[in-house]
Amino acid sequence: MANTPSFVRTQMLEPQDPPLGEKGVVKWIRENLFSGWLNSILTLVSIYVIYWVLAHILPWALGGIWNAESLSECREIRDASGVGHDVACWAVIGARWHQLLFGFYPSELYWRPILALILFGVAIAPVLFDTAPRKLLIVTAIMPFAAYWLLWGGTIWGPIVTALGFVIGWAIIKYGSATLGALGATIAAIVVPLLYWLFVAGAISGALGSALPIGIESVASDRFGGFMLAIVIGVAGIVMSLPLGILLALGRQSDLFIINKCSVFFIEIIRGVPLIVWLFTASLLLNYFLPPGTNFDLMLRVIIMVTLFSSAYIAEVVRGGLAALPRGQYEGADSLGLDYWQSMQLIILPQALKISIPGIVSSFIGLFKDTTLVVFIGLLDPIGLSNAIRADAAWNGIYWELFIFIGLCFFIFCFLMSRYSMWLERKLQTGHR
Amino acid sequence: MKKSVLLGTLAVAGLAAGAVSAQTLDEVRARGALNCGVTTGLVGFAAPDANGEWEGFDVGVCRAVAAAVLGDSTAVNFVPTTGQTRFTALASGEIDMLARNTTWTFSRDVDLRFEFTGINYYDGQGFMVPRELGVSSAMELDGATVCIQTGTTTELNLADFFASNNMSYEPVPIETNAEAQQQYLAGACDVYTTDASGLAATRATFEDPSAHVVLPEIISKEPLGPLVRHGDNEWGDIVRWTLNALIAAEELGVTSANVAELAAGTENPEINRLLGSEGDLGGMLGLSSDWAANAISSVGNYGELFEGNIGENTPIGLARGLNAQWTDGGLLYSPPFR
Repeated sequence: MANTPSFVRTQMLEPQDPPLGEKGVVKWIRENLFSGWLNSILTLVSIYVIYWVLAHILPWALGGIWNAESLSECREIRDASGVGHDVACWAVIGARWHQLLFGFYPSELYWRPILALILFGVAIAPVLFDTAPRKLLIVTAIMPFAAYWLLWGGTIWGPIVTALGFVIGWAIIKYGSATLGALGATIAAIVVPLLYWLFVAGAISGALGSALPIGIESVASDRFGGFMLAIVIGVAGIVMSLPLGILLALGRQSDLFIINKCSVFFIEIIRGVPLIVWLFTASLLLNYFLPPGTNFDLMLRVIIMVTLFSSAYIAEVVRGGLAALPRGQYEGADSLGLDYWQSMQLIILPQALKISIPGIVSSFIGLFKDTTLVVFIGLLDPIGLSNAIRADAAWNGIYWELFIFIGLCFFIFCFLMSRYSMWLERKLQTGHR
Repeated sequence: MKKSVLLGTLAVAGLAAGAVSAQTLDEVRARGALNCGVTTGLVGFAAPDANGEWEGFDVGVCRAVAAAVLGDSTAVNFVPTTGQTRFTALASGEIDMLARNTTWTFSRDVDLRFEFTGINYYDGQGFMVPRELGVSSAMELDGATVCIQTGTTTELNLADFFASNNMSYEPVPIETNAEAQQQYLAGACDVYTTDASGLAATRATFEDPSAHVVLPEIISKEPLGPLVRHGDNEWGDIVRWTLNALIAAEELGVTSANVAELAAGTENPEINRLLGSEGDLGGMLGLSSDWAANAISSVGNYGELFEGNIGENTPIGLARGLNAQWTDGGLLYSPPFR
């Protein structure tokens, strides 16, 4: 006789909750923070250290004083309020934030750099995000000249006439190739605009300016300062160094002897010398070569130097991307009958740049932070301004508040850049999985 | 635009490289503004205020020269210079004069080919120590750790002073005055040494200034003054005599308040010559006859400039000391306006 079970459950039991120690926050804490006696001790020590640091910083920062005219007034307010510890004197930020952001730019014209920054955001959108409408690329093309005009002001004809030079070069490439041949058109597209800028542009813009004076109040470079200076130098350097860097990388890969050697020479010389030396060269040495009284703007010299410096680094990063491409990609491009520029544009560079993105962005972040080095040649960037603010008798002796503010601003910019780079990497799937 | 400026400049550079700027005065007049090199920021001597206007004791010298030359004390482009860039900026013509608490030394005057046009502040290197150390003289500093700015004359003076007194010290090298204040307050060094004016300004910012003493010894001579390039003596004369005019004005009792009244003519012939109602001293400089009156009315005489920026009623609180008129036991002594 078969065994007849005395009891058979006919319906499922409701699952019970796991024990308290095996679920939710408690489980996470037990597994991650207190999984053994050593880890428990380390956790407790860490918590104490964090507490200790915050207990010193938070009352100082959060209890800070925002309304005061000077450091000594801050101290009087603090003593009067009877708190027993040091407190931050944020009043210096309240009094001088506009200087830290805009330098000595006339305050009634602050809308101009702000508008330039917004325009820059619009202009860069089609480059950064492929979902942005393509028509925005027109803004991108106009942007460098519009930004120059907005920031420095003056007659509108200068930037327009200068932009015309690029149009001439583009037109020669586009329509001149048939008659001049590819190489001839390329050379002409470089030489003709140069001649135009050197000998014609000044006269035209002068004539137009006197015939039809449209312009806004001009602002001299020495009014620039603070983050505006850092951003102008950083962005100009970044925007101009990327194309230059790609050209240099291609030049270094080139089979043409002179181009190859020139690129190698340029890259190695620039990279072999610290940026601060180049900045001193721009500010000191160039002065001796230029005739006295020539007003070759210091900021312009710095932008040029920063661009050259950064382009050498970008070139090496891009070269790494080029070298990482399998030989077959180059041969494949050749076998399709593409000429050099077509194969670069359609096959090689899209892949190489994709690989190089992390390196390029980290170069840019470095470049942006390196702009603080201009303090050593007497330009008033945020760090330089913090020095100048301290030289005001009212604020002499104030340090951390200024440096925390400057550090936060830099962090925001650099963090955004690095987040963008990570987003782009994920989107493009640069890993060879 | 940028490219065009660069290439245009290079082209112009090639054409004009031969021209030497012997005519600074004409250049300043054509430009309509004086390019004056100042420090990037030193309490009381030069600093931009919240509106970006430069003010301070050295800035006052720049404004006085601008007022004398152009009749407008605001027609100045202030060029912030660092310790490294100041001399090149002047030598290359980027600035017309340098008023940047620069010590007048032999090698700067002769070897660097500059011309110091006078002394607007007699400074000297001193020491500051916490009161609780109980030190009352620099001779008791044997074995002390000293915060010292690198690459300055103060560093060399310090070594000389300790060596000549058979004492030893341990230097704590620092880069800027701001860093020095923090290091000193944090106790990284027993002693902070720099120019006495800087010590006074630093001490004034401390929470409790009375907890620190500036020792009586001054171990070096630091005559600070404005300077110009070699090779344009007319311009050097203008800067020199503008400074002298400020000093003489104090001696003669001419202030920014009464200069307009006195310029109409007084009993004192020297005041008349200074302010242009008698003789033609301005014309000899190539300036208008009211050059000195313009300078004095815009920035005040030397005493007003001193009291307004670094004097005893300011947070810095410097006493006149050596910088008093010779009639008051100081060293200020302007040659006669004759």
